[in-house]
Amino acid sequence: MLGEDRTGSKLTEKDMDKKNRLGVVEAQYFTFAEPPNELLLEGGQRLGPIALAYETYGKLDADKKNAVLICHALSGDAHAAGFHPGESDPGWWDAMIGPGKAFDIDKYFVICSNCLGGCKGSTGPSSVDPATGNPYSLGFPIITIGDMVDAQRHLIDHLGIDKLLCVCGGSMGGMQVLQWVASYPERVRCAIPIATAMKHSPQQIAFDEVGRQAVMADPEWKEGAYYGHGQPERGLAVARMIGHITYMSDTSMEEKFSRRLKEKDYSFKFTTDFEVEGYLRYRGDNFVKRFDANSYLYITKAMDYFDVSGGRLIPPGRQVKTRFLVIAFRSDWLYPLYQSQDIVRQLKMRHADATYCEINSTYGHDAFLLEIAEETHLIKHFLDKTYKGYNVR
Amino acid sequence: MTFNAVRLDHKIIYQIVEPGSRVLDLGCGTGDLIHFLAKEKDAKVQGIELSEEAIYKCVEKGLSVFHSDIDSGLIEYPDKSFDYVILNQSMQEVKKVDFVLKEALRVGKKVIVGFPNFAFFRARLCLFFKGLAPVTLSLPYRWYNTPNLHFLSISDFKNFCAEKNIRVLETYFLGRRRLIHVLPNLLALNAIFVIQSPL
Repeated sequence: MLGEDRTGSKLTEKDMDKKNRLGVVEAQYFTFAEPPNELLLEGGQRLGPIALAYETYGKLDADKKNAVLICHALSGDAHAAGFHPGESDPGWWDAMIGPGKAFDIDKYFVICSNCLGGCKGSTGPSSVDPATGNPYSLGFPIITIGDMVDAQRHLIDHLGIDKLLCVCGGSMGGMQVLQWVASYPERVRCAIPIATAMKHSPQQIAFDEVGRQAVMADPEWKEGAYYGHGQPERGLAVARMIGHITYMSDTSMEEKFSRRLKEKDYSFKFTTDFEVEGYLRYRGDNFVKRFDANSYLYITKAMDYFDVSGGRLIPPGRQVKTRFLVIAFRSDWLYPLYQSQDIVRQLKMRHADATYCEINSTYGHDAFLLEIAEETHLIKHFLDKTYKGYNVR
Repeated sequence: MTFNAVRLDHKIIYQIVEPGSRVLDLGCGTGDLIHFLAKEKDAKVQGIELSEEAIYKCVEKGLSVFHSDIDSGLIEYPDKSFDYVILNQSMQEVKKVDFVLKEALRVGKKVIVGFPNFAFFRARLCLFFKGLAPVTLSLPYRWYNTPNLHFLSISDFKNFCAEKNIRVLETYFLGRRRLIHVLPNLLALNAIFVIQSPL
């Protein structure tokens, strides 16, 4: 959900080094579900054709056993690593993907695709409906995390991969990881869900609904039919501001902003006195330039509908061969520890091979994009052991 | 690692555990014991550990570990889902010994408990002659930095098992380098008990 949330855009020497090593990457597109073979969605509707934007890093082995699927969060995209031509900011998880990194592209073939319903090259509400020649808008069917994963599965088939070495993602990406295990257990050797949940809690649904209401209350939204007129920018920016508050922690906000002022003194006007206000406005304004308001509605709805609790993750009696590494962050109050612990309990009850680690971070939910050293340590070893088929047992 | 270099308590536990067993180590630390059991006894091992640093070490070894506090119980594990549950040098550090042992006995067919003996003669001398809180090889901490919440002797644990109708299947009393066979409550630094829930 925090795709590009990194502070500062200046390239450090290390970034330049990475740039040289991973180099320039470009998105590719895969189109499937051409009529009459549309994808049957969980909601009962059919959708097609569907395009998925995706990027790949590294090389697929001859035996196709080194493929890693990275799933992005709410506002992420297929551009997980490397640099797009002419851009100075790398992909959203570049610190984790590259030569010698957690997802070492000298060893693994890494795939990341923009989710179904997204607005970064994959089919979503802003795409043109071939039946009408106009953007789908609210004519786009409601999609679920299950539908996103089904679409990804078509991409994985297209790439000729039978079994993924690993599926990994944080937040909504973590939900897709769990959905992969629920939908295609035999196709996942190891799963790494990070800062996520088996189902959205009422609190999480509530925050999403406030975000959606902010979008829909903006007169520019026009029942979703705003294409050609400009986005409901104010509404979407407010939704994003709320989101950002939930991604941080009280401690991280204190450290980052405290009560620091932008000017010397209070303005005694309703301008942005505090740095935190300026930051949120900046984040909100930036977001509307790159994200479609209707996609925001559809994707948050998909997250709210997500629920693999009550035996849906792994039905009773099913043999689990997938290994799991579940990671959570102490200060994450949006996806609290108990939700990750629930995942692990469910896995233990099904006798799955599962490792759980709570990283002691103060960054809140944002931590999954920021605690790179800790995540690298865990993921690198876990993946290496799985890849080599080494099993201590 | 050669067998001789392995810690005495680990050697004894190694000899207790049947090959191919399912083992849960409560307070597994950096995972040395379960890694050893997995490699050398083909045991199917899992650990629970509170320290984040130790979890990283376990993951390096390829072990399956759960970052958690054993005081919060083992609800995710069905009854008798392990051949052995191990509490080696961790029982004296938990808050609710009673509850943790009950849970261990529920999920394990057998439970292996290893703990430092507070009645070791040097500890007695330290307290009796110097009037100081004992510091020994098996109780190396000072009063202000010890992780131990409970101080017990071999006799204490025997009495505890008798009170709770816990069956004691095997006992081992450890000196510095070898087993102790006489006056263990006086001469042993550590003890290892193999116990089982009441019939």
